[in-house]
Amino acid sequence: MSDLDFDHPDVVLVPHGPMLLRGAESVQDLDGTVHAVDRPVVALCRCEKSSRLPWCDGTHKVIPR
Amino acid sequence: MRLPKPRGGLSEWLVARLADPGLTGSAPAADSWDDESISLWTLHELSFRGFEDADDRAEWDPDLLGVRRDLEVALEERLRERWSASGSSTAAPAAADVPTALEDIVAADNGPSLADRVRRHADRDQVLELLRQRSVYHLKESDPSAFVVPRLPVRAKAALMALQFDEYGDGDPNRLHSHLFARGLVAVGLRAEYGAYVDDAIVENLEMNNAGSLFGLHRRLRGAAMGHLAAFEMTSSLPSRKMVQGLERLGLDGPMSAYYDEHVEADAIHEHLAARDICGTLAEDEPDQAADILFGAWTCLDVEARFATAMLGAWEEQR
Repeated sequence: MSDLDFDHPDVVLVPHGPMLLRGAESVQDLDGTVHAVDRPVVALCRCEKSSRLPWCDGTHKVIPR
Repeated sequence: MRLPKPRGGLSEWLVARLADPGLTGSAPAADSWDDESISLWTLHELSFRGFEDADDRAEWDPDLLGVRRDLEVALEERLRERWSASGSSTAAPAAADVPTALEDIVAADNGPSLADRVRRHADRDQVLELLRQRSVYHLKESDPSAFVVPRLPVRAKAALMALQFDEYGDGDPNRLHSHLFARGLVAVGLRAEYGAYVDDAIVENLEMNNAGSLFGLHRRLRGAAMGHLAAFEMTSSLPSRKMVQGLERLGLDGPMSAYYDEHVEADAIHEHLAARDICGTLAEDEPDQAADILFGAWTCLDVEARFATAMLGAWEEQR
């Protein structure tokens, strides 16, 4: 990789946080429901405590580690 | 928007001068924090949308720029003194530690929460009052950060644009965040035109808005602007959810709760873009910005805490 190339992964796992996903058009949740994506980047819940699964709502921050 | 109501000698002079550029004479000293704050707010606004009853050329009038500079120097000194006195401003972190340092600043924030009050106890009039106060910023939401785009290195610039694109509706004018707030204001029976409630803004609210505009408008303060943005986004998702619950409790669901609902999801994404991809890479590329990133973040929480304290104090007195 040259100095002019930057990492720009489609999936980023945030430590103790959500999974960031770029460029998706739809996401299937744990119940099998498919949700349309209307943003360039979405944050998917990894703690399974979000009030709006499959999306992150920040709830992981109030869960003791 | 029309020029705001003066709050003292300086703002009286300023409003007269903006309405009639032919006036001469130098600016008097401000009488009060309120007078100083509305004057600086007005001078900054010349660089956003301006006033229908002011001359557009006033934005670059050297006399007015001199007044603006003096007010900005005083504001920045006030903010930096508070940051120094807080004990949070130790040595600047290494670039790689900036995202963690931002998390630490947010975790240490113990300011009172207006969203908590709205969720459980605030009455309808109090919530409407809060929305009028919030409208001063939310009707120009994200605009101060937009000034920073050309001042950033490559990675931070791309990440800020990704965040701003979402703030500005991902290309759909109906989803522009400031427009979602305007729709919410109409739905709860308030005025939605840009700047509608500036005359009602308490001084702590003006200080909060002025700090954000100061950071956004000065290239020198780009680190502070991005730290401010990160702290704002990192403290938005959970309070926005509480706002939704409070608005629904009071029967104010509909477009206004949809505005906050959008922020639950959007800001859960934005906080990572802001802390890691914007502030983290900015600090790597320009290590001298690391200290100001944290100063901006701390200041964002400090001005909000002072605003919340003032609002909650006024509500206590009503009881």
